Amino acid sequence: MRRMKQLVFFVLALHISIGLYAESNSLEESDIYKELIEDGNPAEFREMRGDELWHKKYAPNNVSLEQCDLGKGPGVIEGAYVELPRYFPDVNKVMDLEQRLIYCKTTILGLTYEQAVSSPFSIAGQSSEIEALVSYITAASKGMMMAVKLEHPMEKDAYEIGKKLFFYRAGSHDFGCVTCHSSNNKRIRLQNLPNLLVANDAQATYTTWPAYRLSQGEVRTMQHRIIDCLRQQRFPEAKYASDAITALTMFMAKNAEGGIYNAPAIKR
Amino acid sequence: MTQPMRIRAKLKGDEVEAKILIQHDMETGLRKTADGTKIPPHFIKTLIVKYDDKVVLESVMGIAVSKDPFLSFTFNGGAKGGTLSVTWIDNFDETRTDTVIVD
Amino acid sequence: MKKLILLILSTGFIAGCASSTTGKDYNAEMLKLLESDFKSKGSVKVERVLQQDDVQNFCSALEGKAASIDELAEIRNSQLITVKYPEDSQYLGDWKAGNEIASNGKGGQYSDPVGTTSGGNCYGCHQLTKEEVAYGTIGPSLYQYGKLRGNSEDIYKYTWAKIYNAQAFIACSSMPRFGHQGILTEQQIKDVMALLLVPESPVNQ
Repeated sequence: MRRMKQLVFFVLALHISIGLYAESNSLEESDIYKELIEDGNPAEFREMRGDELWHKKYAPNNVSLEQCDLGKGPGVIEGAYVELPRYFPDVNKVMDLEQRLIYCKTTILGLTYEQAVSSPFSIAGQSSEIEALVSYITAASKGMMMAVKLEHPMEKDAYEIGKKLFFYRAGSHDFGCVTCHSSNNKRIRLQNLPNLLVANDAQATYTTWPAYRLSQGEVRTMQHRIIDCLRQQRFPEAKYASDAITALTMFMAKNAEGGIYNAPAIKR
Repeated sequence: MTQPMRIRAKLKGDEVEAKILIQHDMETGLRKTADGTKIPPHFIKTLIVKYDDKVVLESVMGIAVSKDPFLSFTFNGGAKGGTLSVTWIDNFDETRTDTVIVD
Repeated sequence: MKKLILLILSTGFIAGCASSTTGKDYNAEMLKLLESDFKSKGSVKVERVLQQDDVQNFCSALEGKAASIDELAEIRNSQLITVKYPEDSQYLGDWKAGNEIASNGKGGQYSDPVGTTSGGNCYGCHQLTKEEVAYGTIGPSLYQYGKLRGNSEDIYKYTWAKIYNAQAFIACSSMPRFGHQGILTEQQIKDVMALLLVPESPVNQ
């Protein structure tokens, strides 16, 4: 029982010290988080669930997602995430992971689009299948180098449009992504802000999403974070799995070139 | 149906260091769904860790413990090859036990 | 004004040309996605973000690069003239209310119920009182703001204008234009002024 109290105290102390030492640079913080991940990341449970869902036979077609092509061939998940977003010839457009999963859910499993995009984010009382699938698929890129190519003209377009979106200041507060994410070593309240225009911060950020978010008790994807940023920017509601999100994702993924992918991670 | 607990037990000098990650909603009963319905409480009440049938840790948990709890502790008297078993019982009287061999 | 419009048009044109190797107008493509991929919700309308004002348009087009001295001066001048000083010439309200406004980050988001009073969220970017350690560093520390500057009419006018329209002093500033954009009311700005300038305020201890 004393050990238990010691453990609670230690965890509390760790959390308080993370708060007070938030002036620390991103490097120290990522060390703290690395330790936490090594200890045990609840994202692993979502990875296991994603594994089940990837292989599960769904009605009405009674097939599984196992033949879904994420860009490296049907069923190949190893290294797929670090090459996304990418151009897919079968749909003649650039897709990110979630758009592609929705595509596979509709074409392979026979779900309607509405069914495929329902419950993208776990909420109280309702788990999200997409979050579990994303956890499983992203884990299969862990340890690999970011490898997003801008070869196809549409991939270049997505990058450039994402860049325009990044710098676009509008709305009541004149906010754009650029407002918070274009300077080094700044923070909002106690949350450090990565400079997404420079390689080291862009790498450290992009390679640690999705993440089990302690504040949410769930694995949250990069898309979830982007949509929430846009809300806080006083922008209108970004549509889930839209091309605007893919463009921003492409911009960030390409800027993270050279980073070693290390997700699902753990964050506050 | 919960996922298996992720348990690691490693002998470090004289002590065994155990790290346990548990999948459990640890629902407090105070949260509501989007339409305002209260979500019923569902949380671990007791956690018991045994080394070769001897209790090395007994923990009373409750709604103050967060979702997907993680705990880490050390104990004396363990050795490589011994069995560590972790059991939890929740407020629905559901229970789960997972075991691991000490490394 | 005409010079500014010409400047903006030419900058937009140049920026557009520079970024498109394939002759594509990426700005137009991006605006198309803004329209199709976002939906109005609560008090936040898609139409509003589709229409940037002159300053938003100019500053966005810079894409992080420097503007010329003249361009920056034009912006500062155009923003300074928007500042409405209090009619009763009373600049200072209640610092306690000011500290609450500084701590409140709500208002203007589609998740806020329509009609929510906005806060200034000053602590998001600035240090203010010594006690509040959860402060941001996007903007400079405002700790001892009044103590360091005194309570002259000039300082009152400057501080008022800065909160009302920060771009009156720094063109393309990251700081929201609290008065000009209608984020804070005149009374709220007076309360924040008190927080910064009243000698008894915790900011000045």
